Amino acid sequence: MKQQELEKAKEYKYGFTTDIESIRAPKGLNEDVIKFISNIKKEPKWMLDWRLKAYNRLKSLKEPNWQKPKYPKINYQDLYYYSAPKSASNKPKNLDEVDPKLIETYKKLGIPLQEQKRLNGIAVDAVFDSVSVATTFKDELTKKGIIFCPISEAIRNHPDLVKKYLGSVIPITDHYFATLNSAVFTDGSFVYIPEGVRCPMELSTYFRINASETGQFERTLIIADKGSYVSYLEGCTAPMRDENQLHAANVELVALDDAEIKYSTVQNWYPGDKDGKGGIYNFVTKRGACRGKNSKISWTQVETGSAITWKYPSCILQGDNSVGEFYSIAITNNHQKADTGTKMIHLGKNTKSKIISKGISAGFADNTYRGLVSINSKANNARNYTQCDSLLMGNKCGAHTIPYIENKNSSANIEHEATTSKISDEQLFYCNQRGLNQEEAVSLIVNGFCKEVLQQLPMEFAVEAQKLVGISLEGSVG
Amino acid sequence: MLDIKNLSASIEDKKILENFNLNIKPGEVHAIMGPNGSGKSTLANVLSGRKGYTVEGKVYYEGNDLLEIPIEERAQKGIFLAFQYPIEIPGVNTNIFLKTSLNAIRKFRGLKELDALDFLKLVKEKSKKLKIEEKILSRQLNVGFSGGEKKKNEILQMTILEPKLAILDETDSGLDIDALRIVSDGVNSLRDKKRSFLIITHYQRLLDYIKPDFVHVLINGKIVKTGSSDLALELEKDGYEGVSITK
Repeated sequence: MKQQELEKAKEYKYGFTTDIESIRAPKGLNEDVIKFISNIKKEPKWMLDWRLKAYNRLKSLKEPNWQKPKYPKINYQDLYYYSAPKSASNKPKNLDEVDPKLIETYKKLGIPLQEQKRLNGIAVDAVFDSVSVATTFKDELTKKGIIFCPISEAIRNHPDLVKKYLGSVIPITDHYFATLNSAVFTDGSFVYIPEGVRCPMELSTYFRINASETGQFERTLIIADKGSYVSYLEGCTAPMRDENQLHAANVELVALDDAEIKYSTVQNWYPGDKDGKGGIYNFVTKRGACRGKNSKISWTQVETGSAITWKYPSCILQGDNSVGEFYSIAITNNHQKADTGTKMIHLGKNTKSKIISKGISAGFADNTYRGLVSINSKANNARNYTQCDSLLMGNKCGAHTIPYIENKNSSANIEHEATTSKISDEQLFYCNQRGLNQEEAVSLIVNGFCKEVLQQLPMEFAVEAQKLVGISLEGSVG
Repeated sequence: MLDIKNLSASIEDKKILENFNLNIKPGEVHAIMGPNGSGKSTLANVLSGRKGYTVEGKVYYEGNDLLEIPIEERAQKGIFLAFQYPIEIPGVNTNIFLKTSLNAIRKFRGLKELDALDFLKLVKEKSKKLKIEEKILSRQLNVGFSGGEKKKNEILQMTILEPKLAILDETDSGLDIDALRIVSDGVNSLRDKKRSFLIITHYQRLLDYIKPDFVHVLINGKIVKTGSSDLALELEKDGYEGVSITK
């Protein structure tokens, strides 16, 4: 038994549970639960109304079913929509007041919250189940006029900004999961970078699911005002459980004239065990609007966890000369499934987009790239370059590339390249003969395969992501 | 160093090596010559641990049963194979590959792993010595390399990894005279009292540059004749058919 536990821990080292007293909303999805959430977050009435509007809309929507990975029907009445450590119910004013158990949890995850122990240059917002438990470096950022806080705090303290932008990129009517999120979202980060300010440090949010039978509904909103720049990174982990848990997030980015947002994700939710039992359903809507001229939004994602990953971080290239980028690594091992990619919607003139997707499939896993490049009739001289590479390990996994191209402007220039390859025994033998064991060899080859994407990550995280890439594929070659 | 006793190897019922015997002492350079299909590459493959062969017999490396040791451990313990056809690995930078390899071996030997700076210094020094253009090291491993560049890269790796037993599998084939010189310089610069070489070649040409202590003629999976480096010259003159099957 002990041996088994040890082996499990090796597979997924973030799989522990924190034993902490929680406050939960009653089980199920109804108006009272939404009111409970709004009330416990001390939200103004307009926010509750917004949620209820979404909830009413949700009643007439159907869960989509066009995706490749199928899953058993989720009973939405059998979930908790709010769970928070009791000690965090009144948000601690500073780090000294944060429950030591939570500090310890993040320490175990490799995220020390004490500022003096943090790497210089990274501010962290820590979200535990349904609440943000700590945000670091707040004062330093405030001096520059930057707002970096939990979104529930922004709703109370910066209502004008939230009202103006929340739902402006992902309307509450968008689709089933986006609408569900709009009704019941609990926490996430809010970032506002004022005009002309270059954010002096990486901003990051660390999402942790701890409670069982609980869905996590993250909501993040990032606004880069004219001429500003911000680099933001999110990380995610969850305990190992036999049940599937839902993480349905909405992330909205807005870049005004000449602004740039770089958004990176290292997603390492619990992927389920070797036989495909348990794991997170990561059903996420991420969309950025390049609203201003010369603006730029760049998504980088390293998706190694989750039982099912289903997301298309997208860019709406509205402003003339705006640029959208999508760099993705999706690794699926054992019974994991991914259906991920991007949408690049070219509306403005001279808009450019670039898509680099690397899918890696091992074990019995199934990996789909699905992407849309759409050029509007008014988007003169739009350009897109897409490259989708798939790497297969073993002969029981699958890789699929499904590109959609809609072009309504003859001046557009669209390129698409796709490759599928396999790690060969010859390559492994060559590495072995140079002293590398099987796992080191796979890690080296896969990291080489993903290099163009890994290079996009902020330096501090690139090393960690590289390691993660290796670990995710451990045991995938005989 | 290496003691091969009654080694037989076959692929799917086809016997390639049969009762092969060879003893290599520290510091010795052995050349194995033979016609195509005589089992030369099979010998290199079996010694380095490539899968797919049914192997019988015993091979002792530094007194240990080599055939029981995993491939990477053989490398860590000092066996290096210069590949006849070096493998391409797209996306993997040659420098990074080499550094990872060197550090895996150093770690095994209880040495401190080299950081990027020290490693680059070492590579610079070695490649300069061998007159190998450094820029191939920043390219993807063997991808788009010419035949000569691939072989030179193998030799550079050998000089950096400093093996105890280096096996060169037809490293000379397809090389022009300059590349041939680089290969032999690499070998000669590493020759010392402790390090041994097993040089597999089809032609005598390489042995003009590397003087072996012993030359063995391999025909149909067996050594049919052993001699000094003069044997190679004989072979050049009379061909393999002229080898009298007497020991």
